Amino acid sequence: MTDSPVLQIEDLRTQFLTHGGIAKAVDGVSYHVNRGETLGVVGESGCGKSVTALSVMRLVPDPPGRIVSGRVLLHGQDLLELDEAAMRRVRGNRIGMIFQEPMTSLNPVLTVGRQIEEVVALHQNLPARQAAERAVEMLRLVQIPEPQRRAREYPHQLSGGMRQRVMIAMALSCNPEVLIADEPTTALDVTIQAQILELIREIQQRTGTAIVLITHDLGVIAETADRVVVMYAGKKVEEAPVTALFDAPLHPYTRGLMVSMPRLDSPLGPERGELPEIPGMVPSLSALPEGCRFAPRCPLAVQQCREEPPLIEYAPGHVAACWRAGE
Amino acid sequence: MSIATTRTRIVRPLVVRRRGLLTRHPRITLAALLLGTLAGLAIFAPFITEYDPMTLAVTQRLRPPSAAHWFGTDAYGRDTFSRTIYGGRISMQIGVSVAAMSVLIGVVVGMLGGAIRWLDPIVMRISDGLMSIPAILLAIALMSLTKASVATVIIAITIPEVPRVIRLVRSLVLTIREQTYMQAAIASGTRLPRLMLRHILPNVLTPLIVQATYICASAVLLEAYLGFLGAGTPTEVPSWGNIIAENRTFVQLATWNVMFPGVFLALMVLGVNMLGDGVRDLLDPRLAGRIGK
Repeated sequence: MTDSPVLQIEDLRTQFLTHGGIAKAVDGVSYHVNRGETLGVVGESGCGKSVTALSVMRLVPDPPGRIVSGRVLLHGQDLLELDEAAMRRVRGNRIGMIFQEPMTSLNPVLTVGRQIEEVVALHQNLPARQAAERAVEMLRLVQIPEPQRRAREYPHQLSGGMRQRVMIAMALSCNPEVLIADEPTTALDVTIQAQILELIREIQQRTGTAIVLITHDLGVIAETADRVVVMYAGKKVEEAPVTALFDAPLHPYTRGLMVSMPRLDSPLGPERGELPEIPGMVPSLSALPEGCRFAPRCPLAVQQCREEPPLIEYAPGHVAACWRAGE
Repeated sequence: MSIATTRTRIVRPLVVRRRGLLTRHPRITLAALLLGTLAGLAIFAPFITEYDPMTLAVTQRLRPPSAAHWFGTDAYGRDTFSRTIYGGRISMQIGVSVAAMSVLIGVVVGMLGGAIRWLDPIVMRISDGLMSIPAILLAIALMSLTKASVATVIIAITIPEVPRVIRLVRSLVLTIREQTYMQAAIASGTRLPRLMLRHILPNVLTPLIVQATYICASAVLLEAYLGFLGAGTPTEVPSWGNIIAENRTFVQLATWNVMFPGVFLALMVLGVNMLGDGVRDLLDPRLAGRIGK
C-alpha cells in the first residue's frame, strides 16, 4: 500500500508574532503520509503538532501567525501556492479535519444532518435531496443508530461520542484523500475513545484515506498508527515505524515519554514507586536554547548538544535528531 | 408513508406545544394580551368610537369623563378616548418600524464589522460617536433639519438606536467567530458570506429578537418625549406625546387629558418589555430553567 505519498510536508516553518518576539511554532518540519496509512504525530502541548496541521489546511490565524517557508504537497501540488478560492476547494473536499472538542465543533443551531449536507452541497454540487441522502448515508457509515432520525437532531441532543462520530461523518462526507484528526479522542472517555479509534480504522480500511493522527497519547499511537513522528518544541526529533519506535526508541525525549507512562504490569502498592517524569519545562518558543532544544532537560546532554543535531537514519525508516541517539 | 399519517404527526405536537407555551410562560401570555388589546383598539378605532379624533366641538370643551366621553374631552372639545386609541396607531407604527429598521441596519453593519477585520475599527468609532450624543438630542437635531412627519420621526429615532444594535451584533459575532464550529466550517471550505448567513446569523438571532423588543419600547417613549417637546410628529397628529404636550397647560383643570394617554403609553411600554423578558427566558433554556425553579 505504500505508493507515492498523498500528503508531503517539506521543511515547513510557521511562526507567530508575539509580544515576546517571534515564536517558532513549527521550525522546519517534514513528514509525509501514504494512501491507506496512518501517521501518528505525537508530542506534548505546544510542540507544534496542531499548528503543523493548521498550516496544511492554511488555517493558521494571520496575523499573528505566518507560514514562513516550506512546501505542503498534496499529490505533488503545493497547497501553499494556491489562491484562497482553490484552497477552499481543497478544505473539506480533499483534506478533511476533525477537531478535539466534539462538544463545540458543531454549530448548535443547525441539525447535524444539515451540517453534513452543507459540506456535501459545497463541494459536490448535489441537489438538496441527494445531499440529504448522503448525510444519512454518512451517519450510517459512522455507525450512528437510526441515522434518519438522528440527522434531524441538534448537537445538544447527542452525546460527546455521537458528536465526534458526526464530526467524522462530516470530515469524510466528500471522500477526502487525507483526514487530519487533531486529538480526536482526547475529550472522550476511554471506552468511547476505543470505539472512535476503531471506527476510524474501519473506515480507513474501506476507503483508503490517509490519516494524520495528532495526539499526545502514546497509547492511542500504539493502537492506531503505522508510522510515528515525535515532535518537540517545533521540531521533528524522531520518526519511525510504530513497532520500531516502541521497541527501540532512539531519542532521549521519546524514551522519556515512554517511561513516564504508567504501566499496567508495574507492582501495586508502596513498592510501585514514583512515576518517572521528564524534568524541566518545554522551552518558550520565542527563546529557544541553542543547538538541541531538548538538551536542557536531557539526562544524556553533553557539550556537543550545543550544536544542532541533524536527522540521521539509524535503521530503515527510523530517523532521529540526537547526537547520542540510542545510547 | 401516506399523507394522513404525516399530517397527524406534524400537527399534533404543534398544538400541544402551543397550549403549553401559554400556561408555562404567563409573562408572555400577559404581555401578548396587553399588546393585543392595545393593538386591537388602535386598529379598530373607527369601529370602537364614533368620535373623529380631529373634529372640534367648541361646546364640549374640557368635559370630565362621562358615558358619552369615556376619557373626557380636551380644550378644543375633541374626544380624548378617540384621540388616545388613534394615537396608539402612531406609537405602534413608530415602535415597530424603528425596531425593524434599526435591527436590520444593525445586523448588516454589525456582522460586517465583526467579520471583516479592517472594517471593524471604522464601524466602531462611528458607533461610538453616535452613542456619545444623547439620543433625544440627536433626534431633536435631526427633526429640526427636516419637515415634521411620522416618517422623519421614525428615521430620527432609528439613527440613535442603530449603534446599540451594531455593538450587540459585533460583540456576538466576535464570540461566535472564535468557536470551534466556525473553524470546523472554515476547515470544510465554507466561504465567508455563507459562513455569516448560515453559521453566525442564526446564533445572533435570539439576543437580537430580545433587543428588538427593548428598542420598540424605547422608541415609543422617545416618540412621546419628542412630541412633548414639540419636536415630534406634526401637532395635528394625535400621538400620545402630542396629546400630553397639548394638554399640559390644563393639567390641573382636566387631569384626564394627560392621564389617560399617559396610562396607555405606560401599558404599551410595560407590555413590550414584558414580552422581551418572556421571550428571552423562552429562548434561553438555561435561564428559563433557573427561573422555573
